[in-house]
Amino acid sequence: MSTRLSTGGRNLNRAKQISFSFNGKQLKGYEGDTLASALLANDQMMVGRSFKYHRPRGILASGVEEPNALVNLESGPQFEPNMVTTTVELYDGLSCQSQNHWPSLEFDVGAINSFMGRFYTAGFYYKTFMFPRFAWKHVFEPIVRQSAGLGKVPKDRDGDRYEHFYAFFDVVIVGGGIAGLQAAAAAGASGAKVLLMEQGAHWGGRSMVDGGHVDGKPVAEHVAALLDALDAMENVTLRNRMMGAGVYDHGYVLGYEKLTDHAPEADGPKHRLWRIRAKQIVTATGALERPLSFSGNDIPGVMLASAARDYVERYGVSAGDRTVVVTNNDDAYRTAISLKNAGLEVPVILDARATGGGALAEEAKALGIRVENGKAIAKVKGGKRVTGVAICAQAGEGAVLEEIKCDAVAMSGGWSPVVHLWSHCGGKLIWDEDQAHFRPDTTRAPTSHDGQAFVTVAGSASGPLGLGDVLIDADAAGKSAATAAGFKPKKGDAPEGVTPEQAALEPVWLMPQGAGPKLRMKAWLDFQNDVKVSDVRLAAQEGYESVEHTKRYTTLGMATDQGKLSNINGLATLAGQLNASIPEVGTTTFRPPYTPISFGAIAGEARDEAFQPLRRTPIHDYHEDQKAFFEPVGHWRRPYCFPQGDESHADAVKREINQTRNSVGLLDASTLGKIIVKGPDAGKFLDMMYTNMMSNLKVGKCRYGLMCNENGFLSDDGVVARIDEETYLCHTTTGGAERIHGWMEDWLQCEWWDWKVYTANVTEQFAQIAVVGPNARKVIQKLGGDMDVSKEGLAFMSWKDGKLGDFDARAYRISFSGELSYEIAVPASQGRAFWDALMEAGEEFGIMPYGTEGLHVMRAEKGFIMIGDETDGTIIPQDLNLNWAISKKKEDFLGKRAQLRSHMADPNRWKLVGLETLDGSVIPDGSYVIAAGENANGQRNTQGRVTSTYYSPTLDRGIAMGLLHNGPDRMGEVVEFNKVDGTTVKAKVVDPVFYDKDGEKQNV
Amino acid sequence: MLTLQCPYCGVWAEETELHAEGEAHLKRFGPDSSDEEFETYMFMRENPKGVHFERWRHSNGCGKFFHAARSTTTLEVFGTYSAQTYEPPQEIKDKISAKYPNWSWRDFS
Repeated sequence: MSTRLSTGGRNLNRAKQISFSFNGKQLKGYEGDTLASALLANDQMMVGRSFKYHRPRGILASGVEEPNALVNLESGPQFEPNMVTTTVELYDGLSCQSQNHWPSLEFDVGAINSFMGRFYTAGFYYKTFMFPRFAWKHVFEPIVRQSAGLGKVPKDRDGDRYEHFYAFFDVVIVGGGIAGLQAAAAAGASGAKVLLMEQGAHWGGRSMVDGGHVDGKPVAEHVAALLDALDAMENVTLRNRMMGAGVYDHGYVLGYEKLTDHAPEADGPKHRLWRIRAKQIVTATGALERPLSFSGNDIPGVMLASAARDYVERYGVSAGDRTVVVTNNDDAYRTAISLKNAGLEVPVILDARATGGGALAEEAKALGIRVENGKAIAKVKGGKRVTGVAICAQAGEGAVLEEIKCDAVAMSGGWSPVVHLWSHCGGKLIWDEDQAHFRPDTTRAPTSHDGQAFVTVAGSASGPLGLGDVLIDADAAGKSAATAAGFKPKKGDAPEGVTPEQAALEPVWLMPQGAGPKLRMKAWLDFQNDVKVSDVRLAAQEGYESVEHTKRYTTLGMATDQGKLSNINGLATLAGQLNASIPEVGTTTFRPPYTPISFGAIAGEARDEAFQPLRRTPIHDYHEDQKAFFEPVGHWRRPYCFPQGDESHADAVKREINQTRNSVGLLDASTLGKIIVKGPDAGKFLDMMYTNMMSNLKVGKCRYGLMCNENGFLSDDGVVARIDEETYLCHTTTGGAERIHGWMEDWLQCEWWDWKVYTANVTEQFAQIAVVGPNARKVIQKLGGDMDVSKEGLAFMSWKDGKLGDFDARAYRISFSGELSYEIAVPASQGRAFWDALMEAGEEFGIMPYGTEGLHVMRAEKGFIMIGDETDGTIIPQDLNLNWAISKKKEDFLGKRAQLRSHMADPNRWKLVGLETLDGSVIPDGSYVIAAGENANGQRNTQGRVTSTYYSPTLDRGIAMGLLHNGPDRMGEVVEFNKVDGTTVKAKVVDPVFYDKDGEKQNV
Repeated sequence: MLTLQCPYCGVWAEETELHAEGEAHLKRFGPDSSDEEFETYMFMRENPKGVHFERWRHSNGCGKFFHAARSTTTLEVFGTYSAQTYEPPQEIKDKISAKYPNWSWRDFS
């Protein structure tokens, strides 16, 4: 059993015992524990079940690479799934539940999948669930949904706060182990601004456990002194609990800082995402130990050798009383020595190398530990817990030589440098034959904007594993990064590190090397996703030769740990089966983040009101006071309608329209885009931008215009007013102002740069209010001032500057409703006062504001098109019968060439018509006009679709506009629209102008 | 995330400050052009692995459009330059040639 030792544990504060709960059980741990070490201390070796077979899973590792020990942490607004227990720092009151089991961790129905294992092989999803077709929906999917998945989905809103932080550094060093510290010291000494980040709570990395001496002092003393020195340097920033999540283009680095995960009671944000620009990046990310592939290597109690050592040294926890060590390298001997020194039994060290180990092996033997060279594990015995191992020769096929009782196995298959950050932005790898691992190819580093390398790798992340070599490498990396960032490093040698000489590693990809099918089927590569040696071999046999294909077919490396343990073993297995070399097979792509980061951190402060900036018109406060119902339009919030009391939205819209049509209404039109186009060539320029002619517009007049893109499609519309000989004011749609301004600038800056034209987007400089309805003129005249707004004084489609009351106003006599209408612009600062003045003046006429829905309905009643309703990026003006607004005289305008193409000129296009349902109902949004027959997919053929559909209060019936095949030629015909419930609704094809066809009302 | 120097205001801007505006040095073909010419102008684009010329706009800055010459593989930026030109400046072409002696892009080399 796993238990707490009476002594040891450098990370622990044994004076402070804290309590926590796991699956409802109250357990005890110490301050300084991780959740994993505390679980082990309570003999909770089994912590979850695997994804596919629901096999019992124990704690395998001691760091971020842990694939098994994931839990649902806390509940309610603090709930987080898939938390890796080896990286969760224990705090008082912590509560967690194990994942992926039903009904309980100890007894799991899904474990029957394990007995079916021979049928659940590589690609089983693809093979099993294909046929019969109906079975997916009715049989497979419900079962898979019940049993699949890891953590639960959070149900409550996240109760924590998160933030983003922008930072700039000369040198950013990722990894606070001995290499990162040395690199920081070397870079910091040059005067460069340095950030050193460490993902865990503790500095010094593995060196604190592995020991050795630096400049004659124990390594822990050296680390402490180095930390003090770095802390004293003003140009060096140290951050622990902060992971380098990703390296991106041109020195962009994401740092993921966990601020209060370990202290949930503390104030402040939970996570902080650092968005860093670095001139140079040093990845001192260390190395991860690989498992060995032998039968039963997934049984709880089998652990990485480094993890077994970590638990003893850092947390004073033993994984078992009797631990068999199995290895292909010298490092695992450290584990045996460490366990033995802690008073635990190590019945045997199985070294797969026939020649055995070096100095560490001698040390182990001197402690009286039995060492067997050339030996391997044939299989691990046990179910929910290791009970023993069967020993065989590594060279053979697994004939059992001896069985040994034990309750833990510590395995080591060698070490793989953590190359993720190096690879994120294009750094290439090289296969190191001696160490049997991929390491960064320093001649092919990621390059920045200047074509120079911007990532340097330091310490065991670059390959060397001995303390002396690590320090030399890290010192050089720190200095070269500082130099590349433009600083002059101090001269001097790296401190001298001494650790025992190690004998060469021997690659072992399968144990024993001739293991037959039965053993291979229980030799796990990917522990979380249940991928075994047999699965990868099968994938290769079935033709999945590309590593990327094999990954997806077998799900190797696709679990939450993203293959940190399984990748190299899987690649090597694939290479072996394909009879190719490992570098020929290559790796899958390393993508950020290095380990999962919280969605909260990605979102930062961007939630609720701070989600995005809101644009408010000068009259916005009025709308809020009236409790308007808002709808988003671009970044604006516009009133949809102004409900009174308990009034429904539909009733409010109806009331607003009736009031406006019968007397007078007000619309806040301030959001409309207003772009000034000025200069000697302004007319010539606008003739290119609009489909119709603008250069011949008379000063004082307005003209409705259409804009197309170069593909001929309608992109925006609006009224243009000519202010003076050289100046035009172009109105755009609310959402189009910035886009159209950019579009104009594009052509002026990049195509006709010799034309003398300036543009300015003055949208927010003016408040604009539409005064609409038969009594509009009376209301305006009541304000007084010097402006003549009579029919003669300000004719339809003209504009005028002047005083209305005390307000500096520009009135445009334009109408989007079909009524007598003035759109009046005043400086933004006078907007609210002007609005209030109009409301007061209009009181005797029952004046009231109307919203965007009223605006939409009234324009539809008049058959006016709306960009985004009648257009969708595939509609040309000709489709909307707007030929009258397309100049025949102009040689050129944007979109003209495109509209000459044969399919644009095709008479058989869907064209705009009005539609009236026979029963007066409203055609549902998105309906299609059905046609005879079916298409190749068995769907009904269509011949048109609805584009705008409303209940018209004015006509008291449903009206609509739509696009219909040869529409204008089919007036009076009855067509059928489909409905969601499968029925249809009949509508008559009519003229799209439903109201005041001759336009008399707007021209009075 | 790229950083580019705006040749107008001199700011080293990162991508969030900029807007990508597609391929550089397109020649516009209008109403008198043939279908082939128009198709080329409208739709035919380079998709190089390596040297590329693009338009960018300093949209959250000075608002100016500019050109950038960069490598799509190494992310090296050979230079940014005025939008008011029909071809890359010789100096930038020389810089590319120094690194990739046999480069070519559309009619430039």
